[in-house]
Amino acid sequence: MHPLARDTLLAAVDAGWADPRRLYAEARTARRLLDQATEVIAAGLGVRPAELSFAPSGAEAVRRAVEGCLHSGRRRGGRLVAGAVEHSAVLAPGRHRASQAGDDGLLQEVPVDRDGRVDVPTFSSAVAAPGTVAAALQHANGEVGTVQPLDEVHAVCRAAGVPLVVDAQASLGRVPAPSAYDVLAGDALSWGGPGGVGVLVVPERTRWSLPGPAGEPGHGRGGEAPWVPLALAAAEAWQQCAAEQAREAAEAFDLVERIRAAAAEVPDVEVMGHPTARLPHVVTFSALYADGEAVVHEFDRRGFSVASGSACTASTLEPSHVLTAMGVLTHGNVRVTLPLGAVAPGRAAAVARFCSALPEVVAAVRSQLGADRL
Amino acid sequence: MSHAADPAEVHVDIVVDARGLRCPLPVIRLAEAARDARPGAVIEVWATDPAARADIPAWCRLRHQDYLGEATGPAAADHAAYRVRLAGTG
Repeated sequence: MHPLARDTLLAAVDAGWADPRRLYAEARTARRLLDQATEVIAAGLGVRPAELSFAPSGAEAVRRAVEGCLHSGRRRGGRLVAGAVEHSAVLAPGRHRASQAGDDGLLQEVPVDRDGRVDVPTFSSAVAAPGTVAAALQHANGEVGTVQPLDEVHAVCRAAGVPLVVDAQASLGRVPAPSAYDVLAGDALSWGGPGGVGVLVVPERTRWSLPGPAGEPGHGRGGEAPWVPLALAAAEAWQQCAAEQAREAAEAFDLVERIRAAAAEVPDVEVMGHPTARLPHVVTFSALYADGEAVVHEFDRRGFSVASGSACTASTLEPSHVLTAMGVLTHGNVRVTLPLGAVAPGRAAAVARFCSALPEVVAAVRSQLGADRL
Repeated sequence: MSHAADPAEVHVDIVVDARGLRCPLPVIRLAEAARDARPGAVIEVWATDPAARADIPAWCRLRHQDYLGEATGPAAADHAAYRVRLAGTG
């Protein structure tokens, strides 16, 4: 979390603890603070406060975003079109609906190229198919960093009269917020805010409603207010992140470029994701003949926290659906997500150490498997 | 994924049994077999690890080998069988 957001959170535990729906003095203070936080985030996203609501997480915001579109369109059909590399908050409920109904056509996954970008003509014909009432596409993928052609996809969705849900969980605060969407979902974690604050933007023009009884009147469309101190910390983090965004993103982009170059120099290492149309702070690569779990442990031993999309690191034993959909190597996979410079002031030095450790880590893991001479 | 020939009509020269092995071992066994085989040989890899479905075609692409596809048949019930033709003429 951003250090100033942390300070705000701690102070807000004293100042904003009360239930903002009540009428006593502390509750009115909490209400005022929550309204201010909502205004800051809404303004940052370029929307009106009434169009913004909160969810317990980014994934939950995405799930609701899709559900509200499907529910609104239920009399016209039930088809959802989504990119093949979408978050499981989109794909898992979509597959579940399709299998419950015994109708594969209720979810059409649009394939991606080797960089992870959806094919716009395929997306276009998918949303034009009868009975399509919702589409979902990420702004950018959190595993490989690739940015989707949102403007083009939004245009084809508009032409077909299908609302587009954009999942910006990985990108908000790191790059300028998208404007080509009908519903937008995100997570305060991406801009250095606290956990537990998902955001959902439903513009007035979008037809959107959740099944079940209507939520409490007030902010947004059916979302409940988060714990006020969390909302305040999220708003503070947004302001800090927005003020630094251009410089921060340029610096992160260059640091990731160094990691991409260092990884590409190691024999039989494949660097994934689009080289330029990408998030500034995410990089993924896979090392042939290396065990993903062993690579993560070797880096951890040297003080680096990295993630992996390899099957051996997942509880399911299945490799990452993102890597599989891209048709790239899934084993020996390493994912690095750079924290904001304000959160990790020593990150440039850490990246330099990471780049010099990379060849020896890959070599060590390969030799453990007797695969160093292949 | 390239499907240069119908896998059912290909003569298999070498079988690599990687059933029960987890990633990246099926690909390592394939690479070991490929290192020792003649150019143009067809290798069939038996695997139960779901990652092999992505990683064997990816290995072929990175190593400029020809991925022939997955064989179907009675064996497919308990494991998958992936076929690869090594580069060069044999």
